[in-house]
Amino acid sequence: MNWLTDFFGDPANWSGPSGIPVRLLEHVEFSVVAFVLAMLVAIPLGLLAGHTGRGGVFVVGAANAARALPTLGLVVLIVLLVGVGTTWPVLVPLVALAVPPILVNTYEGVRGVDADLRDAAYGMGLRGGQVLVKVAVPVALPLILLGLRLAAIQVVATATVAAYVGLGGLGRFIIDGLATKDFPSAIGGAVLVAGLALIVQLAFSLVQRVAVSPGVSRRVTVR
Amino acid sequence: MGDAEPLIRWDWIGRNLPSIQQQALDHLIMAVTPVLLGLVLALPIGLACARWRALYQPTVGLMNVVYSLPSLVVFIVLLPITGLAERSTVIIPLTFYSLAVLIPGVVDGLAAVPDSVRQSAVAMGFKPMRRLVRVELPIAVPVVLAGVRVAMVSSISLVSVGALIGRGGLGYQFIDGWQRQFYTPIIVGIVLIVVMAVLADGLIVLAQRLLTPWARARRGT
Repeated sequence: MNWLTDFFGDPANWSGPSGIPVRLLEHVEFSVVAFVLAMLVAIPLGLLAGHTGRGGVFVVGAANAARALPTLGLVVLIVLLVGVGTTWPVLVPLVALAVPPILVNTYEGVRGVDADLRDAAYGMGLRGGQVLVKVAVPVALPLILLGLRLAAIQVVATATVAAYVGLGGLGRFIIDGLATKDFPSAIGGAVLVAGLALIVQLAFSLVQRVAVSPGVSRRVTVR
Repeated sequence: MGDAEPLIRWDWIGRNLPSIQQQALDHLIMAVTPVLLGLVLALPIGLACARWRALYQPTVGLMNVVYSLPSLVVFIVLLPITGLAERSTVIIPLTFYSLAVLIPGVVDGLAAVPDSVRQSAVAMGFKPMRRLVRVELPIAVPVVLAGVRVAMVSSISLVSVGALIGRGGLGYQFIDGWQRQFYTPIIVGIVLIVVMAVLADGLIVLAQRLLTPWARARRGT
């Protein structure tokens, strides 16, 4: 445990362009941008496929294949191809990582809404889009939130890889620490990333508690 | 390497085929072992959670915490215990990820068994153990295998991060390609990992079809 006090106790680690606050901010920035982009892609597609019942096999198959893409390989390849200088080379693999869980869970959530419930909504005079927004989405919300949570955690955890190609983020403490055999730095970075992931986990449980209607409390898991 | 460098140098692949095969095999072992271990451990844990529901929330909570730890982070924490460039340093964390995915699958799968089915089995004189093996587990197969598919594909993809601590199977191609600013190994690594994952996924889907013949019969009517 000396390693931890060595790292966190050193004031030099708390200031400057490679200090903890700057690296933390960089890490959060990659993660948030990638997560929002992935949501913008995956949620509409998942809602559409789930609501119309079309393209489901394609959605699930493509998402599973995308899960196989190794983030480290993509980051390295894209940076070699376009060069460093901007942060977007790291965004592409992170978005690819975050899309599958959001897409699959949104699709499964909306598709899994009870047919009787839909019929009742149509019977009350709601139109297709209204049924989706007023009935299907609230019922599917626990699954959609689970997908978002898994995606967010994977993004935060994997953004560490960006450091390997010289980009910023908390991974720098880990990767630079490993390269220079500076174990306090590697362990300290690891603790910071794990802490950030746990905060994301907690934030989502809070959102879940507030956003999900009490009437919808079946527990189902799809990943 | 100027602009003349082609994306893929086929002759390089030909010359390095033996080492690529070796890494692919290493990769496969480090990816499949955690899923098998995870499944072996998830079944009893999942059964226990299904029987004593009070266990379920704490177990899932713990697994969520494990799941949120980045693989690289766990590799580093394990390094002093298991050692650099050891297979176990990669296999242990991936086993925990598989568990995190598989336990809810086993519990949900067992929860998906309709009560009427359970009661029929009891009425036919099935003892609990036989009821579990002959009735409940087969019905849970699709849900459990859905979890196995996710665990397997993620595991195959995640092994490559192990390259950063010296043991990453095909992930080593990424390190090699980056250090020499050379595209071919990176592309070879990505393609082989994706192909391996898609093949493994296909095999699991096939296994599911073989294990649940009734699902097809019902769809036919």
